[in-house]
Amino acid sequence: MNADAKPILVIGGGIAGITAAVEAAEVGYRVVLVEKEAYLGGRVMRMYRYFPKMCPPTCGFEINARRIRQNPRIVVHTQSTVEELSGTAGDFKVRIRKRPRYVTGKCSVDDSVLERLTSTRVNDFNQGMDETKALYYPHDMAYPPIHVLDREALSEADEELLKEICPPEALDLEMEEEELKIGVGAVIVATGWQPYDATKLEHLKFGKCPNVLTNVMMERLAARGGPTRGEITRPSDGKSAENVAFVQCAGSRDENHLPYCSAVCCMASMKQARYLREKNENAKATIFYIDIRAVGRLEKFYFDLLEDSNISFVKGKVAEINEHPETRDLILDVEDTLSGEKLNQTFDLVVLATGIVPNSAETKLPIELKYDDYGFIDGTTSIDGVYAAGCATRPCDVSRTTKDSTAAALKAIQCLNRGE
Amino acid sequence: MIRMEDKIGVFICTGYGIAEALDVDALCKVATEEYSVPFCTTVDSCEGPGLDSINEAIEAQSLNKVVIAGISPRRYVDHQFPTAVIVEKIALREHVVWCQPAGEEDTQMLAEDYLRMYITKIQKMGFLEPFQPEEDIDTSILVVGGGVAGITAALEAAAAGYEVKLVEKTAELGGWLAKQHKSVPTRPPYRELEDTGVDELIARVQADPRIQVYTSATTGAIEGAPGLFDVTLKSAGNGKPVDEAIDKFRVGAIIQATGWTPKDPREDLEYGKLDDVIRNVELEALVKDKGRIVRPSDGKEVKSIAFIQCGGSAAKEHHSYCSSICCLTSLKQALYLRESDDDAKAYIFYEFIRTPGQYEDFYRRVQEDPGVFLTRGEVVDVTRNEDGGLTVTVRNTMPGEHIQVNVDLVVLAAGMVPNSADGEAIRALEDAKLKATDGKSGAQQKEAAEKVEQLARHEGTEILNLAYRQGPDLPTLEYDFPDSHFICFPYESRRTGIYPTGAVRQPMDGLAAREDAGGAALQAIQCIEMTSRGEAVHPRSGDKSYPDFFLQRCTQCKRCTEECPFGVLDEDAKGTPLLRATRCRRCGVCMGACPERIVSFKDYSVDMVASMLKAVNVPDEWDEKPRIAAFLCENDAFPALDLAGQHRIQFSPFVRVIPVRCLGSFNLVWVTEAISAGYDGVILIGCKYGDDYQCHFVKGSELAASRQTNVREKLEQMSMENERVELHQLQISEYERIPEIFNNFAELIEEIGMNPFKGM
Ligand SMILES: Cc1cc2nc3c(=O)[nH]c(=O)nc-3n(C[C@H](O)[C@H](O)[C@H](O)COP(=O)(O)OP(=O)(O)OC[C@H]3O[C@@H](n4cnc5c(N)ncnc54)[C@H](O)[C@@H]3O)c2cc1C
Ligand code: SF4
Ligand code: SF4
Repeated sequence: MNADAKPILVIGGGIAGITAAVEAAEVGYRVVLVEKEAYLGGRVMRMYRYFPKMCPPTCGFEINARRIRQNPRIVVHTQSTVEELSGTAGDFKVRIRKRPRYVTGKCSVDDSVLERLTSTRVNDFNQGMDETKALYYPHDMAYPPIHVLDREALSEADEELLKEICPPEALDLEMEEEELKIGVGAVIVATGWQPYDATKLEHLKFGKCPNVLTNVMMERLAARGGPTRGEITRPSDGKSAENVAFVQCAGSRDENHLPYCSAVCCMASMKQARYLREKNENAKATIFYIDIRAVGRLEKFYFDLLEDSNISFVKGKVAEINEHPETRDLILDVEDTLSGEKLNQTFDLVVLATGIVPNSAETKLPIELKYDDYGFIDGTTSIDGVYAAGCATRPCDVSRTTKDSTAAALKAIQCLNRGE
Repeated sequence: MIRMEDKIGVFICTGYGIAEALDVDALCKVATEEYSVPFCTTVDSCEGPGLDSINEAIEAQSLNKVVIAGISPRRYVDHQFPTAVIVEKIALREHVVWCQPAGEEDTQMLAEDYLRMYITKIQKMGFLEPFQPEEDIDTSILVVGGGVAGITAALEAAAAGYEVKLVEKTAELGGWLAKQHKSVPTRPPYRELEDTGVDELIARVQADPRIQVYTSATTGAIEGAPGLFDVTLKSAGNGKPVDEAIDKFRVGAIIQATGWTPKDPREDLEYGKLDDVIRNVELEALVKDKGRIVRPSDGKEVKSIAFIQCGGSAAKEHHSYCSSICCLTSLKQALYLRESDDDAKAYIFYEFIRTPGQYEDFYRRVQEDPGVFLTRGEVVDVTRNEDGGLTVTVRNTMPGEHIQVNVDLVVLAAGMVPNSADGEAIRALEDAKLKATDGKSGAQQKEAAEKVEQLARHEGTEILNLAYRQGPDLPTLEYDFPDSHFICFPYESRRTGIYPTGAVRQPMDGLAAREDAGGAALQAIQCIEMTSRGEAVHPRSGDKSYPDFFLQRCTQCKRCTEECPFGVLDEDAKGTPLLRATRCRRCGVCMGACPERIVSFKDYSVDMVASMLKAVNVPDEWDEKPRIAAFLCENDAFPALDLAGQHRIQFSPFVRVIPVRCLGSFNLVWVTEAISAGYDGVILIGCKYGDDYQCHFVKGSELAASRQTNVREKLEQMSMENERVELHQLQISEYERIPEIFNNFAELIEEIGMNPFKGM
């Protein structure tokens, strides 16, 4: 234990970053955790349940949040990004940009305040399927448990209103962007992923037909905190979804889009088929796949679904989706690979199993890291003192993410202990 | 340590609508008049400046115990308060104001009761002194198993500055990786086979001054606890008599990296009957040893191979999990064949090809090879043909279509079985064996004999040989993989300080095993460091309390030693529990189990909770205001109550909620205490249990449920209706169910009537 060591910088506060941070801090090292969004937890906070146990991600998150709350060695910066990173293993200099939250956290904002506002913003937490007020609470379990003000969405009238009704210590409309400069000994990059942009899959009509969704939207539809309070309904008319198609490898395993396999979407669709079946005992699901990739102990989940006569698996590629102009049902042209037949089936809702794109494909950190062709960070050949974990390195599920971020925490600690 | 005089301060917050909903003066009176607390004040907020003023008062008044009635404890960060002060927070906002109508008598009563309960609680709480064993904590790490996971764990721990003892059963390090010719690609562009790198890994281990290697050795006995494990190694050959003790040493933590064994393949495919039907591991050995692929039956150079993957309906009967490496292995081995001869043909018959992530690039690379034929279908038959080769029959490549191919060799994708042992089952087997001969009655002996038969497969399977009361190895979950919360907290095992890694933990490829080992090394190091500080490891990370057993009153009933989910308690010859404190996870299950109520923590005890129950003002029967005690698991149900408040869901004002560390820490006596204090009923809410359990202490909520029979007996003794105690399982996200549960129960009490003991 090198108690005087410099802190470890963790970039990204998803499940990977949180895990790396708490595991290192519990050994006894200091950690600075930098998260771009206003809350910790990353993508999994928007998931209804985890495969294969069908347990809510908030269950583990609550424990992790407690570990963070109780540990003075962890400092969290939300709405922050790393603007500059230089130096070498054991001695990095970091410049962090912290965007203003406008809510001080020194005094809770009462819900009655939000009710009186009229300006709204698109709710990215619910994948844009509903809105929040310009002053909002990120989500039920938000950590840090502090409201956020979207200054751009705030109308002038609302601004005046806030000045009038909100206690002055709660809100600081003059809050400015902050710049922090710190020295750290090692860096863990856990910047995670985003869903593949489904509008690029023109034949699947996402964005054109309202009843074609992506899997990340489906997670929000099933969740109680989602736009439909947990009812799986059709966006076009709010009717309960009775017959749902899941289109696997939507973008993935396709050289024109994502050549790699996104590793989690087979399980995600099977999980979502179970959401549907649990919420509506008459509903039917059909999964169109190339291979069912239920690896390791996850295979049992697939075997269990085979027992459900309302769930069908069809090996086939969806060639095109068309919408019925009146019912807004969706007609899928599929080539059944096993029979060679062309199928033509109608569904009332379609879920595209879109894949995982590393955030690092688009936004590079201000340090020369090695990436593979897809923008995933090449964990083995990066700079000494900088380690990557989670979906920043490969598409993977949470159990893989938590273990490789634990391993990354050790790498960082080794770096701090060198020469001791 | 000098015993500090308690000086309690109570802060009642008037912000957040609290002053509008409640009579704050009356609340203050509860503190100052009923409890005569030396210091009580109102604050207009308990965040920001409000919190500063609380801290100033703590200092000015030299308070060492503080109750803040304001917002939920989940809204604070611990280090906002001086470390030497015990701070208890009451969520007046979330649990009262937000879910009860303002200004009502019942709302006020609820708030006052919470204040009474928490002042009583803090009175009963002692200052924590972390557990420090008499001997020094050892900081070295034992790694059992010298395959890629074990080697990597050893190297990683050593690189962080820790001494390592690496024990390998065979004469060589390297495990299965050393038996492989090449490895699948692990680096961009993920197309070409790589060297396994095993020689370099082994050389690094041998050169590392912090790592001591023992080959041809196994662990004969492991006694003790984290920081204090005493290990005896025994010989597994190498010139020495097998089982002879060869070394003894102490370590602080243990990593189990005992790997896997190939699974027996499907019998109908003639493995073991036809020489030229082999498993993937045997093909690997052939290539590695001979450098080329020859037919086992006649030594002929192999020109064609059929690889048979797990697929088809047969798969489901044969196995229930996917080994995650067989697809990659067959793709790799197809390339071995193709590299040996340009005209060679490799057929791969599969149901699904599983190459997740960037391994897809490798799959594509193999697909591009004109000599590899990937065909979906079910292999139904393998027979010897006239040419001395094998004929493989494949069904349903297209509906109803059968094909046959002739090949020189058939390779079966054999899966992985973990080299694990189920410690609990081994212990149960031993117990049953004893009972089968010494059982009290014939029926008992017969039952025990049946159990022996059932558990026979565990005979002699010990690996770690832990001298633990609950058995010599880690408890297992499905498919013999060690029990853990494998999604969120994959390393957590049920034996503190012992971390499984690699293929023994779940099926994984070599790259995954290397990463996995790094994580396990971190966990071992973390356990050592936290143990040295006297802190609990996950999930009550950093907790400095620990259970104290008042053994003079122990009746040796063994409930605690049997029920502790983490095997913390050993027994002496009489059956008295021996606490191995550094193994403890502080769940309180032992406290819940003990009928003599001799287990307590300084800050959590049977008496403390009973006193909280009694602190509540229970109205007389004719007031028609029932009182219900609700015990909520503090990890899930209790935070969910915050969410119910956040959503302003209203519920019965008659419920008094007490958070518990785990529902397993619920002691039966609390039912008796509640009923005799005049409560009309008791609700218990814990985590989901069963196969997909969510209980953070694994067995806690399940134990609470299994103890319900005793609860019912107790109720009967008191001539009380069974319905007066209810147990529910709840996920943290199901917050809306809590008000439902409370309201339904309040209605039920109305139906069955008030507790006749009230006011007695
Ligand atoms: C539809 C779907 C369902 C799924 N369901 C499951 C499931 O049931 N079970 C399961 O195990 N897995 C599931 N997964 C996979 C799971 O989502 C991932 O394993 C997990 O999110 C990976 O966590 P992460 O921390 O690596 O990434 P993320 O969750 O993306 O976290 C990265 C964090 O970093 C932040 N960040 C990004 N860039 C920066 C920057 N420059 N500076 C600061 N911060 C930054 C982001 O805001 C984010 O908070 C599912 C995936 C999909 C697509
Ligand atoms: S996990 Fe399944 S759906 Fe996702 S890319 Fe891979 S094969 Fe396709
Ligand atoms: S039951 Fe819990 S508190 Fe008691 S000894 Fe076991 S781990 Fe410790």
